[in-house]
Amino acid sequence: MELWRKLANPWGQEVLIGISWDLMWAALVFGLGFVAVHFVWAYAKSNQSSGSDLVDLKPDSSKGWNLPVKILRHAMSERVFHWLMSVAMIVLLVTAFFPIVGLQFAWVEIHWIAGLVLSATILYHIIHATFWQNFWAMWIDKDDIESGKSELNNILSNNEKEAPKAGKYPVDHKLFHHAASVAGLLAIATGLLMMLRIDTWFGPADPDKFFTDAQWGVVYVFHGLGGVGLISLVITHIYFAVRPDKWWITKSMFFGWITRDDYLKHHDPERWVIKKKETPKQGTVASNESELTYGEGDSST
Amino acid sequence: MAVIRDMISGFELFQPTAVDDAIELLSRYGDDGWVLSGGLDSFDWFKDRIKKPTAVVDLANVEELKGVRISSDGVEIGAMTTITEVSKHPHLLENYSILAQAAGHIATPQIRNRGTLGGNLSQDTRCWYYRSGWPCYRAGGNVCYAGTPTSMNREHCITGASRCVAVNPSDSAPALIALGAQFVIRGPRGEKIVEAQDYFMSPAVDIQRMTVLKADELLTSIRIPSTWSGTDFYYEKMEDRKAWDFALVSVASAIKMNGGIIEDARLAVNGVAPFPIRLEPVESFIKGKKPTDELGMAAGKLALSTINAQPLRHNSFKLPLMRNLVRRSIRGTEG
Repeated sequence: MELWRKLANPWGQEVLIGISWDLMWAALVFGLGFVAVHFVWAYAKSNQSSGSDLVDLKPDSSKGWNLPVKILRHAMSERVFHWLMSVAMIVLLVTAFFPIVGLQFAWVEIHWIAGLVLSATILYHIIHATFWQNFWAMWIDKDDIESGKSELNNILSNNEKEAPKAGKYPVDHKLFHHAASVAGLLAIATGLLMMLRIDTWFGPADPDKFFTDAQWGVVYVFHGLGGVGLISLVITHIYFAVRPDKWWITKSMFFGWITRDDYLKHHDPERWVIKKKETPKQGTVASNESELTYGEGDSST
Repeated sequence: MAVIRDMISGFELFQPTAVDDAIELLSRYGDDGWVLSGGLDSFDWFKDRIKKPTAVVDLANVEELKGVRISSDGVEIGAMTTITEVSKHPHLLENYSILAQAAGHIATPQIRNRGTLGGNLSQDTRCWYYRSGWPCYRAGGNVCYAGTPTSMNREHCITGASRCVAVNPSDSAPALIALGAQFVIRGPRGEKIVEAQDYFMSPAVDIQRMTVLKADELLTSIRIPSTWSGTDFYYEKMEDRKAWDFALVSVASAIKMNGGIIEDARLAVNGVAPFPIRLEPVESFIKGKKPTDELGMAAGKLALSTINAQPLRHNSFKLPLMRNLVRRSIRGTEG
């Protein structure tokens, strides 16, 4: 397997052109391989768990008597951001890699326009997360490390010791977010530079701007690495999103909320504190969704 | 510039006698294979040692790819028919003179004797940056050396560029588009027929190919329907010198007249884009009108706006050139 593509420039010097497309296949195999291994492992684990005395996570209803039935996990603006970003990401991957595997179409213009859409959504997300949300909610802290170690230990030793519950975002989500951020920002930063080399709405191509051929080669390599990294990440993300045991989270990306039971079952109320507008009297029935759904907390980690 | 050497890199030479055998060989070698027809494009590449195929499939002995076959529906020309034969064939001269005329403008008599119609249609672009072996987009790299503000791009395209600004060099292509020809392609997945204008590849779709031919496919013949037989034709190739040069811009038109009025028309230009362009809006515009010089001028302007011309630094001259060639192709049928 080759890692890079190289060609001789007009002066006979060998320069980088981009990543080898072997890496695209490697990312695909890695992503699908991870999904297959996880699927088999999860299936075997579920068979083993049924009928055993292993710990079953159950909501501690005694702690949540004063919580609403539905708890807001993703506000409308976050959901719109997520789905816009998803569409842009899928379009980018399709326009980048389908022509390489033989499905040919005029991809260049669609690709950079989708790239601009992705850049805009990411910029919005960064500003929104910094000034309107708890920026550190995605930060991996000591509790997350403990939780992660415990989860990993369970997987490796086949134990079912209950791991510490997560804040708003479980540690695996945080890790995915950071990996996707690195790959995505790498692809975006290099992609915006690469737009200088093609005709766009912003002007004609000026391929000699800023860098030499050899330096441009490095830019293309980083763009390719970001792109193939996103292949694996998107495959695993979609896989977990469609797993039945994760539907409770996936649904929240459509409707915004999770149930009180799921909140108590999967989250530590001390790490994800729910802001209460008012406390409904126990046993009363709410008349509409706004009464059922409460805003997210601001001290979640 | 690349150094032309006397010795070419080694390859395995195959000389099949049947199309199926040729396709089987091309399938076996894939991207490492090379189709040799007249050899006039191929040997430049080989001697420059820029293209180094593992296997060369020489079609010279495949008889079924040669000759002009006449039927009531039109005419079918084998892809390995020489350009000289196309330019001098009595039936073509009588009924499809635009093709014979275009063929007669290709290169030199010696080249026309060796070169084939299929080769002329499928040849690679003549952008000298690319032909010199520079690592441009078309060569698998990530830059177009001809499209920069400081490039020498007098002969390059004024429209249709997508990263690459090279032009299609075929002289016969616009004539065949004007005649409504269809190209027959055979490969391991069977036979397919594409319209002439669809045979050529935009760099927006695949920047490393000039045509839709895949590595394991062959252009076997060109079918020209009788629809445009004997109508009013016009072909003009503008070049820097009157012999042995590629077109700066070429135009071909087939116009059916009825009582001094244009009943139907097909127009195509080449040398302005990485692929030959059929000017359908112009065809619609001139239908039902008298082919006057005024109409030609209006059609020329429409042609330029149709292609959304965006010249490079050194080829703005192609705009009035194309406009006037379109004008003359319509005026040429007057009276």
